[in-house]
Parts: sequence; C-alpha cells; structure tokens
Amino acid sequence: MTAVTERPNTSPGNRIAWEIRDALVITRRNLFKYVRVPTLLIFSTVQPIMFVLLFAFVFGGAIALPGNLDYIDFLMPGIFIQTSIFGSTNTGIGLAEDMNKGLIDRFRSLPMSRSAVLAGRTVSDSVRNLFVVFLMTGVGYLIGFDFQNGFFSAVFAIALVLIFGYAFTWIQATIGLAIKDVESVQAASFVWVFPLTFASSAFVPIESMAGWLQWFARNNPITHAVNGARYLVLGEPWGSASDVWITLLWSGILLAVFIPLAISNYRKAV
Amino acid sequence: MTTPIITVEGITKSFGDVHALTGVDLEVEPGTVYGLLGPNGAGKTTTVRVLTTLLKPDAGRATVAGYDVVSQAAELRTAIGLAGQYAAVDEILTGRENLEMVGQLYRLSTAEARSRADEILERFDLAYAGDRPVKTYSGGMRRRLDLAASLVGRPQVLFLDEPTTGLDPRSRIGLWEFIERLVEGGTTLLLTTQYLEEADRLADRIAVIDKGTVIAEGTSDELKGRIGGDVLELQIANPENIPAAMAAVAGMCCGEANLDDDGETIRVPVESAVGTITDAVRRLDAAGVQLVDIAIHRPTLDDVFLTLTGEHVTQETNGNGELVGAGRGRRSRG
Repeated sequence: MTAVTERPNTSPGNRIAWEIRDALVITRRNLFKYVRVPTLLIFSTVQPIMFVLLFAFVFGGAIALPGNLDYIDFLMPGIFIQTSIFGSTNTGIGLAEDMNKGLIDRFRSLPMSRSAVLAGRTVSDSVRNLFVVFLMTGVGYLIGFDFQNGFFSAVFAIALVLIFGYAFTWIQATIGLAIKDVESVQAASFVWVFPLTFASSAFVPIESMAGWLQWFARNNPITHAVNGARYLVLGEPWGSASDVWITLLWSGILLAVFIPLAISNYRKAV
Repeated sequence: MTTPIITVEGITKSFGDVHALTGVDLEVEPGTVYGLLGPNGAGKTTTVRVLTTLLKPDAGRATVAGYDVVSQAAELRTAIGLAGQYAAVDEILTGRENLEMVGQLYRLSTAEARSRADEILERFDLAYAGDRPVKTYSGGMRRRLDLAASLVGRPQVLFLDEPTTGLDPRSRIGLWEFIERLVEGGTTLLLTTQYLEEADRLADRIAVIDKGTVIAEGTSDELKGRIGGDVLELQIANPENIPAAMAAVAGMCCGEANLDDDGETIRVPVESAVGTITDAVRRLDAAGVQLVDIAIHRPTLDDVFLTLTGEHVTQETNGNGELVGAGRGRRSRG
C-alpha cells in the first residue's frame, strides 16, 4: 500500500471550495436519515401541523384581532417562526448523538474542514425546516390562510424564517457539543426556547399579555422575527420593514457569536 | 536504524485532577505493529487521542509521519487512519455509503471514493452486505466496517484503539486475521489492547502502560522473558510421588520443574503448547505417577502487572465468567 502523497493544494480559493464540498457531504449524509427512516419524517412533521390546527381551532375563536383579521392569517407567520426555532433543537441532539456514537471522533481525525460537520448539520436541519414550512403552508391554505402580498413577499417571508431559524441552529449546536449527553441536550435545548417563543407576538397580540411581560415580549428578538414575517405575509400594520432589518441584524449577531463558539466546542469535543 | 514514524517524548495530559498521562515516551519504526498494552484507565486511549490530534497534550512533543501533533495537525490527519473503541459508522447508511462518505472526506473524487469503497468492501469480505444499512450488521461486521473505513485514505499510520473489545472470541480471531492482512501492505499500526494474547499475536513490539506512563517496552519475547512464558501446571494424586513426577517432567523443555508454595502444584516452564500435555502425560505414566489435574497456564495481563508492578489488576467478567476487560475496579476509557 502506498501513502497518499498528492494532496489538493491549499490556496484560499481551493480551501473554501473544499470546505463547501465537505459540508455538502455531511449535509447529504444527514438528509439520508429522513429518506431512510420515513417514520422520522412523518413524526417530525406531524407536530408542526398539529400546532397549526390546534392553535387555529382551539385558540382562534378566543383571540380578537383588530380590523377583523382572520386568526389563521395572524397565526401562520408566527407558527413558521416557532417551527423553525423548535426545529433547531434537533441540531444539538443530532450532534450529541454523533458524538456518543464516536462519529465525531472519526470526523475529527479526518483531513476534512473543522466547520463541515457543523455546517452540514445546520444546513440539513434548515432543509428539513423548509420542507416543514411548505407542508404547513399547504395545511394553512386548506383552512383559509393566504399570502396577501404576492409571490415575492412570500418567498422573502420564508427566507426570513429560515435565516432566523438557521441562527438558532448554531446556538443549539454550541449547546449540544457542550452538554454531550443526548437526553440532557434534549431538555437543555427546549427549556429556554419554549418560554422565549411563547412570550412573543407569535400566537397572541402582545397587548393581551400581563403588563410586566409586555416589555419583554416587545423586545424579544422572536417578536421582531414574527412581525417581520407578518409584514411580508400581510403587510402593515402587522409588522414593519424595520422588523425585517432587526431580524436580519439579530441573525447576523447570533451567527457571529455562535459559529465561532460552536466550532471551538467541536475542536475540543471529547 | 531507520527514522521512527511515530515519536513521543514526555507527553503529559491531565483532566482536572485526573492525570491521564504522566509522561509517555515511545518510538515506532515504520512498517511495524506496535502494541500499547494496559488495563482500563492506564492512558492508552488518551495516548491515541493525542497522536490522532483529537486532544492537545499539556506538555511534551509527538510526531506522526513527520508531522507535529499540535502545530501540523491538519497535515498529520492526511497521513493517518483511526478506528476507535466503538464502531464509528453511521447506522442509517449502507456499508458502501459509509466508506464513500469517508473517502470523500479524505477528499477523493466521487468516482475515486466509489471505487475505493468497492475495493475495500471486497477486501474485508463485506461486499455481500455492502448495500445493506449498517444497522442490520452484526457487531463483528460493524467493527470490520469501522476498520475498513480507517483504511480508505491509504494511511501511512493506522491507529486502532481496542479493536476487539466487546467481541466474542470467534469474531475476535476473525478480526485479528483482517488486521494481519492489512499490515502486510507495510502500513505502520499502533494498536491498544487489554489482552496480552492480542498484543502477542499482532504486535512486533509492545509497550506496557500503567498510570499514564510506559512501565516496560520490548518485543513479545523480551517481555515474556521478564514475566515468564507458558507454564505447565500439574497436580498429582499422591504427594509421595512429587519427587518422581518432578524428575519425570524435568527434561521436557527449557527449565527446572518447581513446586508451588502450596506444596501441591508442580510448575514447569514450556515452550510450545502443541503436544506438551501429551508428552507430559506419557512421561508421568511411564514413571507410574497418577495425575489429578494438568493444564497449561499462559501469562495474562495480570501476570505482566504482577511481575512489573507487584499489583494485581482486577479482572472484570461478564455473566458467563468470560473475561471482558481488565482495570483497577474503575470503569473508564483507557
């Protein structure tokens, strides 16, 4: 057996190309799981659809909205954001599972890029989020939802949902690699996401909340994301262009903080 | 003397108060098989993790294939393969997809990765199961696939961390054959094991490691010279016949027969297990000595430790009384 002496050269352009290819190899591997284990796909999509139906039919009647807006139109942008944030919890769990199976050790001993396992995981989880958002949109349309600002606004709305959710996948990656134990990661990734999502404008108008909570909810980045998506889906006064920009800014800040943290945890993962 | 392909000088590593490595020195010649032998918690896995760039040492210096484990970690990874303590393969993917993925991550082209996967599946007798998801594989097949994956990048140096721990004896022997086959090509192999038998069979040189440091080093024969090789143990029916029995077996091989402390068991060093018992029985029969028990005792990890450290290792057994591992009562990764 001969040693491999020829290696692709490592000019910066080449390096980025290799990093992207490594990440795609991992993305593909992660997505295989949904194709090979159909029950996983079914049960991970049942929950968001159930949320749409429960909120629409259980709470819909109790929540009065100004201007006679149908609750389903109010709800859908909120539930898109909620789904993509809840979906991000899979990122930490998936990484913890790989770590416990020794796969992260193998990947770390390979001459692949240090970011590829994380990039591949966060991208594949976002692909799943996109799929779920499409599915929910379909269900929403069946019960009266409508994108009211045309095709391009709808595309921007979904893009905003995915970008914001993508930022959260890196937070969850950081948590998953730090905690390692799968069940603890499961709990740790949900425990803060749940109150954060509910104390936002996702499901009810902020004005209906307890007074002390209103201040928090108004400044919650999730409220900006929901309002940004609402602005793109419904137009004003349900949100404003500034909510879109603030959401993009928050996404950028979260990525700038948590990508280096997650990669550093990955390098040190035992 | 050729330049060593692995050099380790004074490596230390602590995790809080736990001093996993207290100063490890090693040199491994290219094209040889090197065994790290020791109980759980001795520092075997930590040493491998340092040499494969998974852990940074606190102090000391190590190189593999000419690359420094800290400052040239990225280059080093192109030259090594690693198979860890558990089969690190994706259960959802098929065997072939696992190998193709690893090939692509070694940055082979898609076509190269595919032909390499085919070649390796064939070599490891896994071609028939190549298109089945790994979750349908037996434990032995998973280990084999894991080994196969570590070879995809044609490594100069291969690290196997307890490759047969947890396997039944038959799968273990099967895996040894594969390991022997893969080093025939000239790959340098460093393997860790808790089993003296395994190190004896596979390794050209062995380092005995305990409490984070190397306590003995040499070829299998050299180490056996220190701890004593195989011993024939006899118990006879009538104590009066002990001198006659000792005289009868004295000339069998390579050493004097002696009487154990209990005054009942006669021990004779022997060279090869083949035909030894038959020979001894014939001799004793001719001398008119009746046997109660006869057995060949092969040195174990415990004997090595007893000789080198004066301490026993606690042997952990599973429900069937089979040896599953050795440690000092502490279950941790060596």
